[in-house]
Amino acid sequence: MNETGYGIFAARMLPKDEPFVQGHRACQGCIPALMLRQITKAIGRDLIVCSATGCMEIISSPYPFNAWGVPWIHVAFENAAAVASGVEEGIEVLRRKGRFYTGRKPAVLALGGDGGTMDIGLQALSGALERGTDFVYVCYDNEAYMNTGIQRSSGTPMGASTSTSPAGRVSTGQVTWKKNLAEIGVAHNIPYVATACPSYPFDLMAKVKKAVEVKGPALLHVFAPCPTGWRCDANSGIKLGRLAVESGLFPLFEVVDGQHKISLDPATMRKSSQDPIGEIAGYLFQQGRFRHLKGRDELIQAIQERVRLEWQKLKAKTER
Amino acid sequence: MKTKLNPTWRELELGCTVVEAGTSAEYKTGDWRSFYPKTDEDKCIACGVCYLFCPDHSRHIAPRKKKVEGAMYTHYFDFNFQFCKGCGICAAECPTGAIVMIEEGKK
Amino acid sequence: MKNRIEVGKPVGIEVSIAQSEVVAQCDVDVIAAYPITPQTHIVEHLAEIVADGDLDAAFIPVESEHSAMSACVGSSAVGARTFTATCSQGLALMHEILYIASGLRLPIVMSCVNRALSAPINIWGDQSDIMAERDTGWVQIFTENGQEVVDQTICAFRIAEDRRVMLPVIVNLDGFSMSHVIEPIRFYDTKQVRGFVGVYQPPLRLDPAQPMMFGPVGIPEIYTEAKKANDVALIESRQVIEEVWAAFAREFGNAYRALETYRTDDAEYLLLTVGGMSETASVAIDALREQGVKVGQVKLRLWRPFPHDDLAALLGKARGVFVFDRCLSTAGPGGPVASEVKTSLYNLRERPLVVGFIGGLGGRDVTVQQFADMVHKGIGYVAAGAAPVYEMVGVRE
Ligand SMILES: Cc1ncc(C[n+]2csc(CCOP(=O)(O)OP(=O)(O)O)c2C)c(N)n1
Ligand code: SF4
Ligand code: SF4
Ligand code: SF4
Ligand SMILES: [Mg+2]
Repeated sequence: MNETGYGIFAARMLPKDEPFVQGHRACQGCIPALMLRQITKAIGRDLIVCSATGCMEIISSPYPFNAWGVPWIHVAFENAAAVASGVEEGIEVLRRKGRFYTGRKPAVLALGGDGGTMDIGLQALSGALERGTDFVYVCYDNEAYMNTGIQRSSGTPMGASTSTSPAGRVSTGQVTWKKNLAEIGVAHNIPYVATACPSYPFDLMAKVKKAVEVKGPALLHVFAPCPTGWRCDANSGIKLGRLAVESGLFPLFEVVDGQHKISLDPATMRKSSQDPIGEIAGYLFQQGRFRHLKGRDELIQAIQERVRLEWQKLKAKTER
Repeated sequence: MKTKLNPTWRELELGCTVVEAGTSAEYKTGDWRSFYPKTDEDKCIACGVCYLFCPDHSRHIAPRKKKVEGAMYTHYFDFNFQFCKGCGICAAECPTGAIVMIEEGKK
Repeated sequence: MKNRIEVGKPVGIEVSIAQSEVVAQCDVDVIAAYPITPQTHIVEHLAEIVADGDLDAAFIPVESEHSAMSACVGSSAVGARTFTATCSQGLALMHEILYIASGLRLPIVMSCVNRALSAPINIWGDQSDIMAERDTGWVQIFTENGQEVVDQTICAFRIAEDRRVMLPVIVNLDGFSMSHVIEPIRFYDTKQVRGFVGVYQPPLRLDPAQPMMFGPVGIPEIYTEAKKANDVALIESRQVIEEVWAAFAREFGNAYRALETYRTDDAEYLLLTVGGMSETASVAIDALREQGVKVGQVKLRLWRPFPHDDLAALLGKARGVFVFDRCLSTAGPGGPVASEVKTSLYNLRERPLVVGFIGGLGGRDVTVQQFADMVHKGIGYVAAGAAPVYEMVGVRE
């Protein structure tokens, strides 16, 4: 229980309000939906959400069922960051002219999946980050295009079988390494970049709050298991998130004004081994998308090696 | 919900906007469930882990008092079966194993 | 705001600059734009006006036209008066979001400096860019000279933001031959312009004080109704457009109509043109009249909502209608204007022969003589009782 960071009455300390409302159509055990719940809890209702097309848009907005307690706009797949730019700059001018939004300035949140962020929306995201738009961009990374039927994205991990990177007689599934979104954000010299995972709700909420408070762009890359796309049990999302973090596959860190800081060191969380990058097989084989890797020890080895390497690179950045 | 389910084109708001917030609460996802969670209240220590991890906010705070091993807890949790989809996360994550998943129709 | 330019009497000014001056007079809140020739002077000049502090607006220098229109949707959704300009490849890149801007009923105003589409890449004028956006649900207005650009830009804001309309508006002008030309243009007092366009009062906007959902999923049970609502809004915008034009004439003197006519009174044949080349065509009409040819000219200003009935009434009695398109609908049923004009006339009991000519592509000049030739050729087709589906003019064989 310590490793997840909640004490016995921790839940009581959280805001009770639920700006993300029940009755949304996410699959059973959907962690991206849980992420929305946690994020909106952290920010509260002084918020405008600009959503990209994708699961979280579809499940929260089939007419007339609005799962949002805050103002929300969906425009298209690749442009959430650009829409947010317009929203934010529009609000800024209208405030200046004393027309609307004259009280506290609402937080502006852009929301995209891994596809809507790392692939088709990367340009719009880069533009908004570079221009200094005062907003928070949250990428919920469920590691594929789930809304359209589990196709690969550049966030899909090596070896995962998806509908466009299927494992087959001569294929081991995805043959590329996951794109490092956080470091793309860091390269824009924005004030705040962080990774997070709903399995660590207090860490995630604290980061969301920081992201909102910071003046200028903030980027959050959130690891969000999807039972449907990962072909795992509906009850396993939290556990998988934890395993991904503990194994070093998805390290939790933040970069404040260019300064890297590891949020949770796998070494301190893992009970079994000194090595922060323990066996990842335990993580992989709870998911149908990796099932075909059984017996492919060289590939698992390579994945493990890569995780170790990335971890060392990250560690080195914190020591600068 | 004031917003009509099947409005005529004249009744639609400008740009198909849903001018009401939170109308999804009218859509009960509870009937998606094939297993339902059940709490052994003696095992529950009111830690709120289930509440924190429910993607459907179907584990809500129901303030009442309960005495466990000498301590008094005022925060306590109930399921909202109108929305609970039966994913089993609460059961899987409960640190004391207080929640079990039971097939619908069975006790 | 004091006047940045001399008002009341014509001053020589580049049309692009004139348009940006008038956009500033309309007190826009947000400009999100991406440069593309020949639109550049418009947004550069607006950036300058903002940089000089003469217009309190956000100038968002986005990284693409797709993001330009997306940012416009965002700013319009929070209730900001929003302007952008583009053309050609940029307009094509915006395509996806154009439907969304109108579908969400956001009164964005856009200048489209009509230019050809690639390939081959070509920066010069024609109307292929805008014709590809016919069905995007925007009000679409064409202009013929710099004064019209200025006047229609002012009208555009008032039309777009009228509660009965709430639709985005495109003001078209020809690339280079209009945008980069210095013309005598009469400006109006800024206070009067601001009074005319008013202050934008958004009926709906994104606001935490009253949260709502813009852009829900249009499930099959609702999509048809949503489309119907937009269709009716665009059709009925015609009424408001006429009102705004009438008000403009009262306030500033210049009168506008959906279809402008030139020497049509006793005309047996009509040449129909769109945009800046109409002026050249008018010279040809004069020459033909000299020769005794009973030809007149109809200039289409309002492209959407399409003035279906007006066209039927105006063209129906003619013997021949010769439509000049600056856009090729490749291997299609004729130039876009010609095929729509035919549609307007088809159900009439008696109707003229419609002859479609396509020319002026990618900045190719069309001379007075060529317009005269089209009329002669058209008259020949009428005499023969048949015409090809369309033909290209000024092409080397
Ligand atoms: C321009 C465009 N291309 C493709 C699509 C189809 N499409 C909609 S959502 C989606 C995938 C979304 O993937 P991701 O961003 O990862 O979100 P997820 O569905 O996984 O939550 C795709 C391909 C689209 N809507 N628009
Ligand atoms: S497919 Fe995955 S991300 Fe999409 S709603 Fe279902 S569980 Fe959530
Ligand atoms: S997680 Fe278990 S112990 Fe904690 S409140 Fe829920 S049921 Fe009780
Ligand atoms: S089974 Fe799933 S949906 Fe139901 S209360 Fe538990 S976590 Fe929530
Ligand atoms: Mg995804």
